[in-house]
Amino acid sequence: MLETFLFFLFAVVAVVGALGMLIARNPVSSALCMIMTLFAIACLYVTLDAAFIGVIQVLIYAGAIMVLFLFVIMLLNLESVPRLEQLDWRKVAAFVLGIAVLAELLAVISLRLDVLPEAVASSEAAEAASATNIGIALLTEHAFSLEMIGVLLLAATIGAVMLAKKRFV
Amino acid sequence: MHLALNWYLSLSAILFVIGVLGVLLRRNAIVIFLSIELMLNAANLALVAFSQTFGDVNGQILVFFVMSVAAAEAAVGLAIIIALFRNRETVNVSEINLFRG
Repeated sequence: MLETFLFFLFAVVAVVGALGMLIARNPVSSALCMIMTLFAIACLYVTLDAAFIGVIQVLIYAGAIMVLFLFVIMLLNLESVPRLEQLDWRKVAAFVLGIAVLAELLAVISLRLDVLPEAVASSEAAEAASATNIGIALLTEHAFSLEMIGVLLLAATIGAVMLAKKRFV
Repeated sequence: MHLALNWYLSLSAILFVIGVLGVLLRRNAIVIFLSIELMLNAANLALVAFSQTFGDVNGQILVFFVMSVAAAEAAVGLAIIIALFRNRETVNVSEINLFRG
């Protein structure tokens, strides 16, 4: 019962934050609404007993990535859009397309999924998702991928510095 | 046994579609970037829900890698936006048409 209540609480917060991001006129408001959504998703991870991923979500997404976004918005000193943007046929078509995608996804989800394996007990899942087990899997089975992520981050750092340098483009 | 998997997948679908609508409807490059992050998060939520329902830790390792790639992508993308803004004084994607000259 508590689990259901918590899920719907955080789901509503996440969807409200996402809609706020979509319709806010000011990019700073968009970024702050996005942070709310990211926190709600982190809480959902915790209700799923995936505490490690929840903590990583708060640290990397809400902490690092969104601070980067806010810094860039402040650097660019953007003015917020004062008027409602023009509503033309392209926007209507995009909206209809989005709703069609949503209907399609929900239809697929509501189908009976016979191909899936049996669900396991939540205590077993929580044990499998502990930081210990994730760390062991990362450093043994996925050690090469972990090293490649390090190389990727180094390349992205160098690329970002090069791109943001004066007179590059 | 957690709450039924379908609820998490439905929430993930709704968040994903909001991200799609953000990319299609908004003209501000930074908001488009935020929408892409939202879509990545929706996919992550589905991955974690599957992983926890079936007790397989590999889904969460994939989520870990997706987050790292998203961090790299955000750094490079925002640097591109800064470079564009320095040249064009705008982040409205309708006014940025480098390939059309």
